[in-house]
Amino acid sequence: MIFVTIGTQISFDRFIEAIDEVATLIDEPIIAQVFKGSYQTKNVKTVDFLNPDEFNKLMEEARLIVGHAGMGTILSALKYEKPIIIFPRMASLGEHRNDHQMVTAMRMNELGYVHVAYDRKQLKALILNKDLQPLKKLNSNPSNNMIDFIINSVIKR
Amino acid sequence: MGNKVKLLAVASIGGHWIQLLRIINPNNAEVSVTYLSTHPKCEGMVEGQKFYTISDFSRWNFYKLIPAFFRALKIIQKERPNIVISTGAAPGLVVLLAAKFLGKKTIWVDSIANVQHLSLSGNIASKFVNQTFTQWESLKTAKILYAGNVLEQ
Repeated sequence: MIFVTIGTQISFDRFIEAIDEVATLIDEPIIAQVFKGSYQTKNVKTVDFLNPDEFNKLMEEARLIVGHAGMGTILSALKYEKPIIIFPRMASLGEHRNDHQMVTAMRMNELGYVHVAYDRKQLKALILNKDLQPLKKLNSNPSNNMIDFIINSVIKR
Repeated sequence: MGNKVKLLAVASIGGHWIQLLRIINPNNAEVSVTYLSTHPKCEGMVEGQKFYTISDFSRWNFYKLIPAFFRALKIIQKERPNIVISTGAAPGLVVLLAAKFLGKKTIWVDSIANVQHLSLSGNIASKFVNQTFTQWESLKTAKILYAGNVLEQ
């Protein structure tokens, strides 16, 4: 199963439309979490708001995650060690307030955590690649170092 | 080591919340944590720990910050944390303001999504909180500190 997610803040029709198109070329089921879009999918099952438990369950069950370049989406996919393709929102198309998703996508790709598609064609090629593997993993043993450093910056113990 | 540090950890549902949970290590014996988020369903991710909600808002419905501010005052007075920490977004900023008003230590950790510069909320927070953190070393300054990030954490 492929789990597609666009977060819970703004619609992302350009992306959902592209996913709907690719869906005709593959047999694998796709579940897409959408938000207030006007585009009606023909080939993909969509759900609106997912609570964190439902969201995590789909993340866990999926073979592949395809999403906008939100850090919630990226961190969740990495936590479940799933391959993830991200498709950044563009401010010029009214998909976000600014282009930070483009920058996030580029940086996360440079660091080796995600696959990135910047347009429909790249998105299609990545989804059709059946052997897409998870990339770099998150550190699975969070230490106290970061929170201790943060706390010690304001309090003496 | 003295008594446990009491932390109130605040974030909106979504990426901010997921980052907050990665930063706060629930197994840290020296810290006790109360969580505050913008959706009741977030509680399922911090089961068995103290959890409150506050209403969500953004720059598009900013009038909601007034009741949120008063609710934050109440929660802080009840929980009496030593430190209030937020990863964003706007509701976290309001909780930090309430914490500041009540004389608590306040910390802003800017989202890792802000690669090139601090978020708008982070910039505002940096004007009044005790300490602001960025998750990118390249954005570190004399005033904005870097303590690592949620990927390597």
